[in-house]
Amino acid sequence: MAQMKFMCDAERCIECNGCVTACKNANDVEWGIQRRRVVTLDDGAPGEVSISVACMHCDDAPCMAVCPTDCFYKTDDGIVLHDKDLCIGCGYCLYACPFGAPQFPKQNAFGERGKMDKCTFCAGGPAETKEEEYQKYGANRIAEGKLPLCAEMCSTKALLAGDAQEVADIFRQRVVRRGHRDGGWSDNQRRERTRAGQSDDLSAADSLAYDAARQG
Amino acid sequence: MSHFIDRQSLWRLPLFALLMVIGLAVSSNVLAQADPEGEAATAVPALDADTWRQVRSGETGPNFRDSRADSDYNLINASGETWRQLRNRWVSPFGLIAVGGMIVVIALFYVIIGRKDLSAPRTGRKLLRWPLVVRSLHWTVATLFIVLALTGLNLLYGKFVFRSLFGDAFWASMISASKVAHNYLGPLFGILLIVLLARVLKHNWPKKHDIVWFMKGGGLVGKEHVDAGFANGGEKAWFWVLATVGIVVIASGLVMDFPNYGQGRDTMQWANILHAVGALGLTALALGHIYIGTIGSEGSLEGMTTGYVDETWAKDHHNLWYEEVKEEAVGEEQLAREREGDSGDAAPTRPS
Repeated sequence: MAQMKFMCDAERCIECNGCVTACKNANDVEWGIQRRRVVTLDDGAPGEVSISVACMHCDDAPCMAVCPTDCFYKTDDGIVLHDKDLCIGCGYCLYACPFGAPQFPKQNAFGERGKMDKCTFCAGGPAETKEEEYQKYGANRIAEGKLPLCAEMCSTKALLAGDAQEVADIFRQRVVRRGHRDGGWSDNQRRERTRAGQSDDLSAADSLAYDAARQG
Repeated sequence: MSHFIDRQSLWRLPLFALLMVIGLAVSSNVLAQADPEGEAATAVPALDADTWRQVRSGETGPNFRDSRADSDYNLINASGETWRQLRNRWVSPFGLIAVGGMIVVIALFYVIIGRKDLSAPRTGRKLLRWPLVVRSLHWTVATLFIVLALTGLNLLYGKFVFRSLFGDAFWASMISASKVAHNYLGPLFGILLIVLLARVLKHNWPKKHDIVWFMKGGGLVGKEHVDAGFANGGEKAWFWVLATVGIVVIASGLVMDFPNYGQGRDTMQWANILHAVGALGLTALALGHIYIGTIGSEGSLEGMTTGYVDETWAKDHHNLWYEEVKEEAVGEEQLAREREGDSGDAAPTRPS
């Protein structure tokens, strides 16, 4: 059983917003809603980084935990989907989500928000017919054996989508080849060693990793 | 290919060869520079711990950009998890304990101690306690309160019971109706509750004898008489709970009900917690209020339905008030005559 995940390699993302456009196009997303967004930290500064974010299809999804109608469910592939027929537009999923993924077409008085919309990992949603599914949730590329269009269209392949193990393997290789002392996301490894009172010199581990990558 | 290398361009060949040699020399230099260890030593990690600390703290600096329109969200909404834990781990279970516990306590109280009966037979002479306007307000607010409490409880707990019980189709309309009713009736309840509170405020200023009333447990247990004016200590406490917690519940409800004013996600999270805690507390206390007003004590309900209470009831529960207004008591027959003559609330005695 696969466990589908997105992963954005922040050091490759060039803030082109191609993923946002691809998503809107593939899923015919409602006007005013953008299922994917690109966040840039320290924009214009030397350390600027951009990350593309959408629903991260959490293992322990907060939206699912707080939904009053229980409209969320997880597919066998670990994709978090929701049933728009059950959604009442209360906004609780929006309060709870760490990634700002759930969005609403409206924001009117008396809590009239319409039905929540979010990234489906291009896996559609519950519906009677294909047409209804497309109209409500957008494309079901997963059913066609394809991955989400945002990742497929990513020009620098910063955005990866697929089975968690596969994505992790690709990223691990990148980290090794890229040659950073600590790789992609943080310097946890070094911090852990410092905490444990060990030397923070990881060159032995690094060179082992280089060798492995070179042989592979 | 052949027409490119014709006789006239043959002189270019040595120049081309020279360029090739220079090119190779430069590229071998580049190859020598592409040394992973060297790169590792000089590379500046784009993502350092400070960046992640900033993201986690929820701050959005001036150099923060989000490609989504109108979005001021940070990369990670750390407050969402706090709200989730507060709601699901604390508010939800303890709300159930508060409301369910109150039902159990009241049931036990009724079974063990039972109804508070009148200490003497009714005299048949009646005193006006609640004029028509207060009664209308009370029952409107009460009905709205019950509707809001039930729909609110459904929004918090309904999914654990009704979805599996009735199936998705019914559950969808049930929960949708709950939300719509809650959101549209809520503001109406808020306005009417404030009007009602303003109308009965004059009866509810705390007095010295209220402290004694509380120290003696309100006389709910036993036969002891406790001094009370128009409103006793318990009624005043209920009034002031509604005037404080009730207002908080109304205000926080409005914050969530009108997202069109653009209040932030964090504001609505706190509004939700305040709203849920306050409303669950009020629901639990309202059960006590309903019990005392109906089956809990003899002769109380008629004050809020007919507007009149019996002299004996007034002496039992509001002796100080009775001393003030006992001259205005009217007989049952006279009251019935007045009712026939004027189907409205004639209110011959002084309005309260």
